[in-house]
Amino acid sequence: MALDVETIRKDFPILDRVVHGDKPLVYLDNAATSQKPRKVIEALVEYYERHNANVHRGIHTLAEEATALYESARDRVAAFISAPSRDEVIFTKNSSEAMNLVARVLADAEPPHRIGPGDEIVITEMEHHSNIVPWHQLAERTGAAVRWFQVTDDGRLDLSTVDEVITERTRIVSMVHVSNLLGTINPVETVIRRAREVGALVLLDCSQSAPHLPLDVRALGADFIAFTGHKMLGPTGIGVLWGRLDLLRVLPPFLGGGEMIELVTMERSTFAQPPHKYEAGTPPIAEAVGLGAAVDYLSGIGMEAIAAHETELTRYVLSELNQVDGLRIIGPNTAEDRVAEVSFTLDGIHPHDVGQVLDELGIAVRVGHHCARPAVVRYGIPATTRASFYLYNTPAEIDVLVRGLARVKKVFGG
Amino acid sequence: MNLDSMYQEIILDHYKNPHHRGLREPFDAEVHHVNPTCGDEITVRVYLDGAADEAKVVDVSYDGQGCSISQASTSVLTDLVIGRTVREAFGTMDAFVTLMQGRGQVEPDEDVLEDGVAFAGVAKYPARVKCALLGWMAFKDAVARVVGGV
Repeated sequence: MALDVETIRKDFPILDRVVHGDKPLVYLDNAATSQKPRKVIEALVEYYERHNANVHRGIHTLAEEATALYESARDRVAAFISAPSRDEVIFTKNSSEAMNLVARVLADAEPPHRIGPGDEIVITEMEHHSNIVPWHQLAERTGAAVRWFQVTDDGRLDLSTVDEVITERTRIVSMVHVSNLLGTINPVETVIRRAREVGALVLLDCSQSAPHLPLDVRALGADFIAFTGHKMLGPTGIGVLWGRLDLLRVLPPFLGGGEMIELVTMERSTFAQPPHKYEAGTPPIAEAVGLGAAVDYLSGIGMEAIAAHETELTRYVLSELNQVDGLRIIGPNTAEDRVAEVSFTLDGIHPHDVGQVLDELGIAVRVGHHCARPAVVRYGIPATTRASFYLYNTPAEIDVLVRGLARVKKVFGG
Repeated sequence: MNLDSMYQEIILDHYKNPHHRGLREPFDAEVHHVNPTCGDEITVRVYLDGAADEAKVVDVSYDGQGCSISQASTSVLTDLVIGRTVREAFGTMDAFVTLMQGRGQVEPDEDVLEDGVAFAGVAKYPARVKCALLGWMAFKDAVARVVGGV
């Protein structure tokens, strides 16, 4: 069923904005952050106006309401990703914190999960820095080594080396489900199958897949997934780590503090069960409630329908951009196993200049290395321009982008 | 705000036909600066004659990759500092930095900044000020390595 995009757009107040005088906003920076529907904004306002209190503490009415709202958000997120148990959904600040959490606790874990000297961590060349740096830090602390899969010229993961990269020494494979630079949807099942053979854990960075594709953690088969609220219509400051319950039970806590304990004496502490074990301190309550409203909104429209709409946009933007002289797509050049995020370069024109001229025309894109510098360097370029789409974007906006690129070439041509 | 106020013809000319570009011998110091937010990179060499801030800037050569603003700004820099003393060059640099950090409120002095006045419009775009200063900060660093903190 096709999306009724015109009706959807009316749910997003910001899409009525004009910039630089009279230019209607064409928001194509959704991989950086999405815009928010009125339902999410109202959920935040309603929470603060009617229910604000700390959670899991007071016995007064507001505390009960706030706790119910916060825990109900956990139920919604669990349902959104088909988690077997709500206790597997841990609220974090963002994806980065979720992945740092896993990297941190694995250093302190009991065998067989502990990562130490001689162990190996496997990532890929197309990771966001948030799935590289925590592993560098872990390797530095523990004496483990980081290995990685390379990417091919057409923006796919090179899995021809899967048996050499993932070995008996591999303790965890942490990789991106959908690349924020290339738009590639990775064939994670191949990697997970190999990881299982050697007994390695698997963490998937789903920051760019959770907003755009139906996700079912049972079907995915990973041990952990991480994603962030603000890229999927929710507020900033709220992310999710989903983990298999048996692992969350045996792994050590991350941060220590209020809420994550069972009993504290002056000598020692014992810890709560998941998910609270991993949620020290007052959590981002309003933000969680906002995320709950966001997944309700997405589910109401249907992730299958959203994905189908975005595949249409992907086909159209690729066909249009391929007709622009001097434009090189960085990433897969077909819509297969790809999302609607397109990185590109324009001959002889720096992405900063591309982005500046587009902005003047009301078009918001991202320029730079997109926190994925190793992948950008691999393609022999300093940076890219990236246009990334969502459920509220239209083919007409792609036409505006293409006309904008003609203007860019006029300013810098010759 | 209007894009034309940023992409002045002078800037586009320097970008398309940069002055003094390319790395040359001899040189006293070479530095490599990056703008981590956008990935722009520049390598700057300086060749001085003399001591301390009375040393003469004999040559500034550079190579790098970056946007029109960072590349053009470095081209203008070479015009403004080659043949001057370090004291004069740093005086000009101070005027340029003041212009760039002035959020569009500073009236540039064409006698001091010459083609550099074209960057007045860039100062209104906070995200681009770092681009305009990339080459200048590299030049400052390179000179300091030769003559010590000036």
